[in-house]
Amino acid sequence: MDRFRMIFQYFQSNSESVMNGICGLLALASVKMYTSFDFNCPCLPKYNMAYGLGIMCLPPMALFLCGLILNRQSLVMLEEWKRPTGGRKKDLAIIRYMCSSIMQRAMIAPVIWIIVTLLDGKCFVCAFSGSVDPEKFVGFANITPTQTQLLLSKVPCKDDELMKNNPARKAISRYLKCWSQALGWSVLLILIVVAFLARSLRPCFNQAAFLQTRYWSNYIDIEQKIFDETCCEHARDFAHKCILHFFESMQQEIKLRRFNVPREEANGGEGEDDHLRGITDQEQMNELLKSWYYSKPPLDVSQATQRQQSAGRERLSVPWADTLSNRGNAPQKAKTSRQTDV
Amino acid sequence: MDKFRMIFQFLQSNQESFMNGICGIMALASAQMYSAFDFNCPCLPSYNLAYGLGILFVPPLVLFLLGFVMNNNVSVLAEEWKRPTGLRQKDPAVLRYMFCSMAQRAMIAPAVWISVTLLDGKCFMCAFSTSVPVEKLGNGSYTGLSEKEMRRILARIPCKEIYNGQELVAREVAVRYLRCISQALGWSFVLLMTVLAFLVRALRPCFTQAAFLKSKYWSHYIDIERKLFDETCTEHAKTFAKVCIQQFFEAMNMHMGLGHTHSPEAAPSEVGEEKEKLLGITDQGTMNKLLKSWHKCKPPLCLHQEGLQNGNGWVEENQHRNHISLPKREIVTYYSKV
Repeated sequence: MDRFRMIFQYFQSNSESVMNGICGLLALASVKMYTSFDFNCPCLPKYNMAYGLGIMCLPPMALFLCGLILNRQSLVMLEEWKRPTGGRKKDLAIIRYMCSSIMQRAMIAPVIWIIVTLLDGKCFVCAFSGSVDPEKFVGFANITPTQTQLLLSKVPCKDDELMKNNPARKAISRYLKCWSQALGWSVLLILIVVAFLARSLRPCFNQAAFLQTRYWSNYIDIEQKIFDETCCEHARDFAHKCILHFFESMQQEIKLRRFNVPREEANGGEGEDDHLRGITDQEQMNELLKSWYYSKPPLDVSQATQRQQSAGRERLSVPWADTLSNRGNAPQKAKTSRQTDV
Repeated sequence: MDKFRMIFQFLQSNQESFMNGICGIMALASAQMYSAFDFNCPCLPSYNLAYGLGILFVPPLVLFLLGFVMNNNVSVLAEEWKRPTGLRQKDPAVLRYMFCSMAQRAMIAPAVWISVTLLDGKCFMCAFSTSVPVEKLGNGSYTGLSEKEMRRILARIPCKEIYNGQELVAREVAVRYLRCISQALGWSFVLLMTVLAFLVRALRPCFTQAAFLKSKYWSHYIDIERKLFDETCTEHAKTFAKVCIQQFFEAMNMHMGLGHTHSPEAAPSEVGEEKEKLLGITDQGTMNKLLKSWHKCKPPLCLHQEGLQNGNGWVEENQHRNHISLPKREIVTYYSKV
């Protein structure tokens, strides 16, 4: 019990750090995904923009949803939001707090993807190479607009024959990359400033209410965990009693079928008989196993305690009588085989 | 018992994380399998599509089934589904819950395979190289070819070494086009799967939360009950075997003791304890006889003392009688008691 208390305390103090850990892992996974992804700009007039913007926006959305899914607290928050009021009032401030903390954590991986994409530049170059003003660069005079578009869309592809030796290709590429990196660093700076302000200005407003909501949201989380743990313990004890009761009822049924009073088989130790629980025969064991499969006991252990208190054995024989009479030829099967089929 | 209880609780509370761990390992194995697999496009007109789509869909199917096989709960589910009702009603909600949670976990590795395949692009390129729009991408004025011939040339796009249609459509252009579409499909697939997973998780508390809690509890219960029953049976079998063997040795000793004089009482007490452990078998000949007896004529599976009093169970000619008299033995001993 003491050990479980320590484990509970560990989880309590580290629920936040577990969430932070998951958040960090997802951010690293995001960077790893980007580096292992083989970017492949189509270099075709209309496809470039779609591809580039797609790569910049679809994975962040998937990462955001992943961050929400992997966060256990989102389920807790939803349950708290949707539960019937019952005996406990709902506090919207708690739900808002949980929601904002979940969103903040879920947004880290997408933001990292977008920043890495912008700082790397390939995506931006691919998406906006067709939108560059060709007059700024040498080599685009005296060409039809369609041809210009075609050439511009080939800029991201270094090995394309049309643009391989064109001096404007590198210039356009550098230009777009510069814009991309500037945008990336600006986004990073803005986000960090916002985070800094949010964290440092929070104590200036409503600190007491904040402490309350933080406490109660933590409480809801722990309560949920402990409820699950208690249900597991309960299920285990329930199963244990159910099985014991099953063995005992088999034993009592066998005692009823035998006409003699069961003697105390005290040879060689009571300890063994405790585990045997009165099942001492091959047919008995086979019947027990068969009954276990064909007719599992009802899920009600209150009857077990009542039966133990009263001496009413006749109630026990009812479930077994017809099942055993149906298998009246079962004992004869035992004559040929010595091995149990447990 | 206390140690077992703690281990059980640990396993139970971590059953979910154990299954999640297996699930994650399978997803990683799926990605590793893909990178280790040597993709080999046939570059022939009708084979390309079959090969490409086969590689795209057959391994995910295998991984899905493997996900079910590696999940311990499959046999629990099958048992619960097929058992006769008996005294305990069956709850279809519990079966549905177990099946859904297993299916969700089993779907992760196939989804990873399909995503990695589409994002890599080789498979898609192989399958759809003959569907490249030549008029858009290539030299549309190159009309000296029959349909079949053009398809044959386009089918060679995935194979760099043998491609001979550079005048028709530049290989790099076609490759880029196909890979772009493949990657777009891949990311859309990833997003779709994530949205589905999110909806499944987010919408559940809005509906049937109470029923969900019930199904979750009872499915855990079924699992624990099964484990505890196996434990109880194992304990029983161990004790059964121990007592059976002990009685066999004692009976052997008694049987042998009829023709032997008793060991001298003059043996000191500590040697006496050892002798007790030997259960009366103290020389090579007796031991050999005992072992032969154990092999030819194992004792009946009955720990009641009446079995021993039935006499001479070790003699071969009584073996048959002993078997047949097994069910009637109880009545015989009852009367003999009287």
